[in-house]
Amino acid sequence: MTTLPAPSAKKLGLVIDLDTCVGCQACATSCKEWNAQGDGGPLTDTDAQGADISGPWFNRIHGYEVREDGRDDSRMVNFPRSCLHCETPACVTVCPTGASYKRAEDGIVLVNPDTCIGCKLCSWACPYGAREYDYTQGVMKKCTLCVDRIYNDNLVEEDRVPACVRACPTGARHFGDLGDERSAVSQLVKERGGFDLLPAMGYKPTNKYLPPRARRETYAAGVAPLPKGDGSVMEKLFSWADKLLSAAPKVEARANPQDNSDKLEG
Amino acid sequence: MNPAYSVILFTTASGAGYGLLALSGLAAAGHGPASSIGFALACVGVALALITTGLLSSTAHLGRPERFLRAFSQWRSSWLSREGVVAVATYPVALAFLAVWSGLVEAPALIAPLGIATAALCAVTVYCTSMIYRQLTTIPAWANRFTVPGYLLFALATGAGLLSFISVVFGRFQAGAGNFQAFLTLILIFAVIVLKWLYWRWLRRRKPEHSMAAATGLGPGVRQWEVPHTARNFIMKEMGYSVARAHARRLQQIAMLLLDVAFIATFISPKFPWAVAVSAPALLLAAWTERWLFFAQAEHVVQLFYGQEKV
Amino acid sequence: MPAKQPQVNLSPKGWDEIKTTTCYMCACRCGIRVHLKDGKVVYIDGNRDHPVNKGIICGKGASGIKQHYSPARLSKPLLRVGERGAGEFKEIEWDEALALATNWLGKVRAEDPRKLAFFTGRDQSQGLTGWWASQFGTMNYAAHGGFCSVNMAAAGLYTYGGAFWEFGEPDWKHTKYFLLFGVAEDHGSNPIKAGLGKLKARGAKFVSVNPVKTGYSAIADEWIGIKPGTDGLLVGALIHCLLAAQKIDGESLSRYTNAPWLVIENPGGADDGLILRNAAGTPLVWDASGGGSGGTKVAGTFGTNPSLLGRFSLPDGRKVVTSFTLIAERFATEAYSPEAVAPQCGVPAETTRRIAAELAHTAFNDTVELDIPWTDYLGRRHEKTIGRPVAMHAMRGISAHSNGFHTCRTIHILQILLGTIDCPGGSRYKPPFPKSIPPNVKPAGKPDQVKPNTPLPGPPLGFVTSPEDLLVDEQGTPQRIDKAYSWDAPLAAHGLMHMVINNAAKGAPYGVDVLFMYMANMSWNSAMNVPDTLKALTAKRADGEYVIPKIIYSDAYQSEMVHYADLILPDTTYLERWDCISMLDRPISEADGPADAIRHPVVEPDRDVRPFQTVLLDLGHRLGLPAMTKPDGSARYPGGYPDYIVNHERAPGLGPLAGFRGKDGTAAGRGPVNPDQLKAYIENGSHWFQELSDNMKYYRHVNWDYLDWATFFGFLPRPEPIIHQLYSETLQKFRLAARGHGKVVPPQQHRKRIETYFDPIPFWYAPFEGEMVSGDEFPLHAITQRPMAMYHSWGSQNAWLRQILGRNWLYMHKAKAAKLGIEDGDWVDVTSHHGKIKVQVKLVDGQNEDTVWTWNAIGKRRGSWGLAPDSPEGEKGFLLNHLISDLLPEHEGGYRYSNSDPVTGQAAWFDLKVRVAKAADQTAQSAPQFPALKPVRGKANV
Ligand SMILES: Nc1nc2c(c(=O)[nH]1)N[C@H]1C(S)=C(S)[C@@H](COP(=O)(O)OP(=O)(O)OC[C@H]3O[C@@H](n4cnc5c(=O)[nH]c(N)nc54)[C@H](O)[C@@H]3O)O[C@H]1N2
Ligand SMILES: Nc1nc2c(c(=O)[nH]1)N[C@H]1C(S)=C(S)[C@@H](COP(=O)(O)OP(=O)(O)OC[C@H]3O[C@@H](n4cnc5c(=O)[nH]c(N)nc54)[C@H](O)[C@@H]3O)O[C@H]1N2
Ligand code: SF4
Ligand code: SF4
Ligand code: SF4
Ligand code: SF4
Ligand code: SF4
Ligand SMILES: [Mo]
Repeated sequence: MTTLPAPSAKKLGLVIDLDTCVGCQACATSCKEWNAQGDGGPLTDTDAQGADISGPWFNRIHGYEVREDGRDDSRMVNFPRSCLHCETPACVTVCPTGASYKRAEDGIVLVNPDTCIGCKLCSWACPYGAREYDYTQGVMKKCTLCVDRIYNDNLVEEDRVPACVRACPTGARHFGDLGDERSAVSQLVKERGGFDLLPAMGYKPTNKYLPPRARRETYAAGVAPLPKGDGSVMEKLFSWADKLLSAAPKVEARANPQDNSDKLEG
Repeated sequence: MNPAYSVILFTTASGAGYGLLALSGLAAAGHGPASSIGFALACVGVALALITTGLLSSTAHLGRPERFLRAFSQWRSSWLSREGVVAVATYPVALAFLAVWSGLVEAPALIAPLGIATAALCAVTVYCTSMIYRQLTTIPAWANRFTVPGYLLFALATGAGLLSFISVVFGRFQAGAGNFQAFLTLILIFAVIVLKWLYWRWLRRRKPEHSMAAATGLGPGVRQWEVPHTARNFIMKEMGYSVARAHARRLQQIAMLLLDVAFIATFISPKFPWAVAVSAPALLLAAWTERWLFFAQAEHVVQLFYGQEKV
Repeated sequence: MPAKQPQVNLSPKGWDEIKTTTCYMCACRCGIRVHLKDGKVVYIDGNRDHPVNKGIICGKGASGIKQHYSPARLSKPLLRVGERGAGEFKEIEWDEALALATNWLGKVRAEDPRKLAFFTGRDQSQGLTGWWASQFGTMNYAAHGGFCSVNMAAAGLYTYGGAFWEFGEPDWKHTKYFLLFGVAEDHGSNPIKAGLGKLKARGAKFVSVNPVKTGYSAIADEWIGIKPGTDGLLVGALIHCLLAAQKIDGESLSRYTNAPWLVIENPGGADDGLILRNAAGTPLVWDASGGGSGGTKVAGTFGTNPSLLGRFSLPDGRKVVTSFTLIAERFATEAYSPEAVAPQCGVPAETTRRIAAELAHTAFNDTVELDIPWTDYLGRRHEKTIGRPVAMHAMRGISAHSNGFHTCRTIHILQILLGTIDCPGGSRYKPPFPKSIPPNVKPAGKPDQVKPNTPLPGPPLGFVTSPEDLLVDEQGTPQRIDKAYSWDAPLAAHGLMHMVINNAAKGAPYGVDVLFMYMANMSWNSAMNVPDTLKALTAKRADGEYVIPKIIYSDAYQSEMVHYADLILPDTTYLERWDCISMLDRPISEADGPADAIRHPVVEPDRDVRPFQTVLLDLGHRLGLPAMTKPDGSARYPGGYPDYIVNHERAPGLGPLAGFRGKDGTAAGRGPVNPDQLKAYIENGSHWFQELSDNMKYYRHVNWDYLDWATFFGFLPRPEPIIHQLYSETLQKFRLAARGHGKVVPPQQHRKRIETYFDPIPFWYAPFEGEMVSGDEFPLHAITQRPMAMYHSWGSQNAWLRQILGRNWLYMHKAKAAKLGIEDGDWVDVTSHHGKIKVQVKLVDGQNEDTVWTWNAIGKRRGSWGLAPDSPEGEKGFLLNHLISDLLPEHEGGYRYSNSDPVTGQAAWFDLKVRVAKAADQTAQSAPQFPALKPVRGKANV
């Protein structure tokens, strides 16, 4: 099973919008939570209340700062990172047991926890740090693209998306078929210039990242900064107020349902 | 990469074992029956012991060693699986070879073919091992032309050192200038020295091919400001190992020094056979140090996500 | 020949039941669905039908499981047996605990009810707790608002009848320009995130004003890295630009605000600065439309055409001026020009002018028109609802400064000048807001109102409108333990919780007998000046008795505070109890309509704990508090809190929950008690929401239909318009008192301060600490931010969250560090005028250069929260709180005011000034380190 299946037409994956992610960790914790009760067994943490706590997470949010040319401040970018469900991933081919495999029907890359021997070679082969070893169970784990949600009959239709996508408060995570050019995610990738991580590695990730948009320090064309006052601010205001008064519409007394004038007068 | 002792022990011990076994096989192919049962037993026994120790220690690296049998299934794509298959296949052949070489089973005609088959299997096993590392494009320090010869040469050199030692113990070590064994060992050590020197120079000088910019797609000005978790995780423990430059340098010098010592000891061994008592352990220690560095100096591209600018 | 791929169960069902309730991993109160398997909580996600979060959940909310099953949970009432702080407790039964508490409290109530200080922290049942305090008869009650964001609440409620703080929200749907001041996370954590996502998707412009560029600021289209404490200048300069360009909404100013109201100018007179009113007390305006020079008319009457600007003479010779003239004169001065403020706030003048232009452009040229006819309070029908799509939001970056009240008011003035309050695309109210300005509740607790064994005649917290409302005696001495509503902090609408412990320990203004606290970690992250607070908690009198003799505390977890209490009442977790997120407190309303919610026990406690609210009602009955006791002496709410939620009525038909009232559950807002109300809530996903009809959704302060409806609902006493108060007459009344006018005047020592800070027109002044300490000695601003995945101190016990953030660093600008010879990862000494800490730095460049900052409340005292003593939270984590003094440096005259806003008493956490230098000691441990706390018996080790 370690050999890769023929590329599937359906390529399920995530599109992550780096322009919108605020780094809130909702996706990461929702992922942990969903998978901690899933079939893969609990994602147990070791030394939970101690000094060296550690545990498997399938999604982690990095924080980067990016210096741009000609500026002395940086742009801060929150950067969620999980399995990219690559098309030609060595994490699958290096596996000696066949526990690591890519699904023929939708391209999801999975680990079979029942046959994995925990040799960790797949984690060495993954450039993206997406494989997480479960020390308590001795097997490798990773993002499943919530394969146990997206087809799950026990969930209502709109919940059949990955836990991280459902959770994301800003809507920075999108799930769909990147093999289908017309899908919303493919369109998004096209419009926003979605890109691959480490393309030179040749793993052909399915997941795409949308770049932070260019800074927008001009709001709309033709909006010039307000002029510098010439010291006569009050005078100008007075003439503005006068105009306002004379231009005030003559409001004809329509049926006035609440006659304030006599109630308040006096 | 985290220099896990189980893996270092595995590669150095099994390397030396396969080297010894291969050289014994070749020697037998050239010379015919062993001079004594003891000698054959010692050569093949020590070799298999080392190989077995190595393989066992490698299972210590597994999370579920009880499932090890599954590792033989994916030889079509996985070098690790292939290594396992060949390693296992080597045992019966090596035992058959031992039987005929030692004379326990009288079949001199089979000595050469079995010796050569054993040597070939050893070579293939070590090759498979080396390919496990060579194939990992995620670790540029491994995915290069030095890895395969490095493993093969170290296996042969340490094997040769051991063979010389056993020969001396069994009085089979030829004194004087015509000692081919010492000559071969010298050449192997020399090759190792050259190879490692070239490798380390290459490692020092190589232009990193992967950058944080490409990893994150955020351009050349990118830098990590916040770690995803303040708690250390598997990736950081496994791939985040970094060894101080000065420390690595010192260890490289130590490895080179050990190789030099082994070289000199080997050089004088035709005159002072017991010098092999220096060269063999020096070679093993050099191999151990080199292997430790092989891991510790290897940077994984995932480090790009964790703050390293270039790999 | 690929082998068969493994079969995966694509439809696992890891739960057997899903219950909806309300999250309490923070105060945002999202709807959640708790998945249960064999009675155990296995998964929590957001409830799609819930008005607050509409299905999304945050990092904390999704980690609720680990909080609920935290090993740090308390499991039984505890009675202190050793010294305070030593962690020696014995477990006692509830009966004993309640009897003890009743005994302690009963004595206080019979002697002097003031001697009970009852303070609750991050709680959401202030409807109950405030009422309880009032029944008990003590005015020494408040919740956490005083150290949180009362500046925002007060500035808003005294200006436009709403507030940023949970009482309003940007119109995410229509906004085209969003200006965010000093927000890292906010109370509305999820709605803000969802809103920002929407803005991003729509391409609206988002500008974040914040010294630090993380989180929300990271995704802003434009980041303005302002110097802390100077927003008032920046906003003043924006107003300056708008005035100079006459980009102001004159129509709404003259109709919906007090801009045209006439202010009496009579320097030295008792009426100087008061609003000119007719005999009925109605404000007057100047109307020149009748011809001639015009004359006064009653404000807010149909057909008048009030002048916005001008000084006029009255027939009786008095001079008057429109309040807008005064506002304009303040901000038209050079002092507020972009050029003048640039060096102080660090914002280039060109940027300020550009933003002003963008605001004007958006508000006036890029309007939103909704096809919604509505009628204003003058009876004028508007065929369309016009929106000026500029929205603003601000929080603690503004409020946690000693100039926060005025700065926040300045922001509101900016909004009002642009005409963006409660219009499409602007900043919208959330019912029950808008309220009268200010809400018409006065604090009770005047000297003659506090009597043994007698309830107060009103609630302890309220809104003063003149010095007569203050809680001071004839000499001007504060009546409350926290000095709220005294000359120290006259408009302290939420009390000053940060002052309680230290004041009580000093006996200034007096000592207390019992300190009763709930849900506030007052010996650690919510204390200013932690070291002295610990001393105050353990100080003893000469006779060996503690200076604060009795401390009762309710917590659910082993917080740092638990060790300093004498009697601990262990609470349930949020999944184990009834709660009521009520219109009487801080409901979950949306801009589109009122909403409230409940929590209900989705799992039963597995420990001997009781829900605090029920315990409080029980105590109330044991103490014989009238409203909690029936005439026959039996408990009025024998069923505890759920009984109270359903059956309690504040006024006929008005109870804690607005939904499903009446016998058949169909009444909303007002209606008879419905015994099945809670069931109806649970069936409805534990919340209730009523969407307003379209014509009532905007301009609600002056929207006829809305005002009528809100009056029926009990939100307003009368259907009267809520006229925005640009000029605050209330403040002027205090100022007049400072000049010696009126019955209640401040003692001499406070006069200058009151005169200065009770300016009826907002203004900027430098934050106090920055002014009082030397800028050379303490050149850097030090602030904190909320980490998105941690809620104050609670998160650290959470095995998931503490992996994400188990320690903090001090973030410093690279350039600044380079100048100071500090490198990434160095340990540094951070020194304030008050103290010193040693911490590790991390260098970044996305922040203001003169600022250092860290994540709030990550540092833990070793041994607390069920964590191993060598945990990173204690070893490397740290608090800035040790550096923050509870008192300001000495004033002339030697008096030390609290480190708070002079108007509201809001704790000035972010005024802190420090210097940073590489530490001599580079060992990897933060300092100071207090002795490790001894774990008390909790769930883990029962
Ligand atoms: N330096 C600095 N200090 C600050 C701030 C800052 O920005 N910077 N912010 C300030 C602000 S705005 C605030 S609001 C305060 C917050 O400070 P606190 O109000 O002290 O908030 P928490 O740390 O959350 O502590 C609340 C306590 O409630 C307990 N608790 C949690 N859940 C329950 C429950 O269900 N029942 C009961 N009975 N108890 C429970 C927790 O265990 C904890 O002990 O901190 C203030 N302190
Ligand atoms: N995840 C999470 N959510 C929370 C809480 C929590 O602990 N964790 N706590 C809740 C509570 S009690 C509260 S009060 C709210 C508070 O919510 P926020 O108001 O978001 O509180 P802070 O995180 O203190 O954010 C203050 C922000 O103001 C900036 N700032 C500081 N000084 C200035 C200044 O002078 N000018 C400007 N423009 N900005 C400044 C800081 O950099 C920081 O970004 O959050 C609530 N929500
Ligand atoms: S991201 Fe890593 S684990 Fe996932 S498919 Fe690609 S190589 Fe494999
Ligand atoms: S750790 Fe498991 S999945 Fe990964 S390569 Fe080894 S056997 Fe395969
Ligand atoms: S798709 Fe599922 S498994 Fe993957 S990161 Fe998202 S929640 Fe985790
Ligand atoms: S949930 Fe969304 S916004 Fe939050 S960290 Fe994940 S992707 Fe970013
Ligand atoms: S924002 Fe607060 S209430 Fe909402 S899910 Fe997160 S923790 Fe819970
Ligand atoms: Mo707060």
